[in-house]
Amino acid sequence: MEEKGEVKLLGDWPSPFVIRARIALNIKSVDYDYIEQPVPPVSELLLKSNPVYKKIPVLLHHDKPICESLIIVQYIDEFWSSGPSILPSDPYERAIQHFWAAYVDDQWFRSLCRLAKSKGEEAKAAAIEQVKGGLLLLEEAFEKCSKLGKAFFGGDEIGYLDIALGSYLGWLRVNEKMNYLKLLDEAKTPGLAAWAHSFCAHNAVKSVMPEIDRLTEFAKARYGYQEPTLPTK
Amino acid sequence: MAGEGVKLYGLWASPFSRRVEIALKLKGIPYDYIEEHLQNKSPDLLKYNPVHKKIPVLVHNGKPIAESQVILEYIDETWTGYPIMPADPYDRAMARFWAKFIDDKCIPPIWKSFWEAEEEQGTAFKEALENLNLLEKELERKKFFGGEKAGFVDIVANFIAYWVGALQEATGKEVLTKEKYPCLFKWGQDFASCSIINENLPPRDRLIAALKAHFEAAKASK
Repeated sequence: MEEKGEVKLLGDWPSPFVIRARIALNIKSVDYDYIEQPVPPVSELLLKSNPVYKKIPVLLHHDKPICESLIIVQYIDEFWSSGPSILPSDPYERAIQHFWAAYVDDQWFRSLCRLAKSKGEEAKAAAIEQVKGGLLLLEEAFEKCSKLGKAFFGGDEIGYLDIALGSYLGWLRVNEKMNYLKLLDEAKTPGLAAWAHSFCAHNAVKSVMPEIDRLTEFAKARYGYQEPTLPTK
Repeated sequence: MAGEGVKLYGLWASPFSRRVEIALKLKGIPYDYIEEHLQNKSPDLLKYNPVHKKIPVLVHNGKPIAESQVILEYIDETWTGYPIMPADPYDRAMARFWAKFIDDKCIPPIWKSFWEAEEEQGTAFKEALENLNLLEKELERKKFFGGEKAGFVDIVANFIAYWVGALQEATGKEVLTKEKYPCLFKWGQDFASCSIINENLPPRDRLIAALKAHFEAAKASK
């Protein structure tokens, strides 16, 4: 049982990166103080804790800051090693989880951001194809990682790659809603579609995943998301 | 564990490829090396890294691992001997933080700044200088990023220790000087002269010549 104030998380409710840290802390049943630090503006505390990036999430453990969401998740896994494991114990399986988590962040999420920002039918169509293409690759990865039939990339329980990809589900749903389309298709990516439901229903996840309506309103206000005009006959 | 089918697909001039070689050599792991060609990638490389089609790829007992930082951690977890990552979880988090900072925020603007024409605003150059300043501060009072011995961050920073100097000579442009970054400059020299590491860097003259040819070819095609 942690002492009061020992573990703090600086975060912002819409951020998928903050969600990752919260899920990891929940998996390990760590008591922590959650401090909302909506950015902008950058608070004094955030500036002091993350001078390099000035971004949330920041985990403060005995006042020592750890930054970058996946690095925070690994730290949580390594420090609270007696709790359920987030990364597998086998080095090769760990490497696979790291590889796909890097793909999700460096390639797939960027394609989702491009979709969100794209203007005009052609650009949107191209962006949608990229997002869906990435999901097809991730469907293959899911089949291999989950060892067929298990609910998560981590097997029976949520693991590192589940957290890395699952944290983006809120924004994925917002983009589906705003564009009147289905990106995560039960027909083309059945494994991922089922996984998404299981992930969002998991005890460690449901209390920290934002509601889609609330996230959509946030996206409209912050990023100027606009609903496309419905096609007319 | 020694001799169990370890293969590395790499490029002699690539800092990412050399990171993996340094780690394998520090651990004393024998491996087969396959030199790839950017314009003519081997079927094996495409098979082992279908997502990115890039080197380096380490294949251990037929199983491929891609992405140099992922490979480094895999090597450290699989084989004992020279410690690459620190043992303490907080120190490990710090090592991963600085390694990510180097790959995301240092190498790209440094590389771009060598391509920026003199008359351009130099946004990449400015970003490179700012981020090198942060690395300089991190190195104060330390011999290596890893402490007394070179570790994960030092290996990931190999581009800064060795390639930057070669790029400066190939282009005549200065980014990292002894005057501006005394700690980084000294660290770079110490790193590049460490035993084992020094044998696993590309020959300097050959690298400078290759970089010069690369810049000439790009200018010619404009």
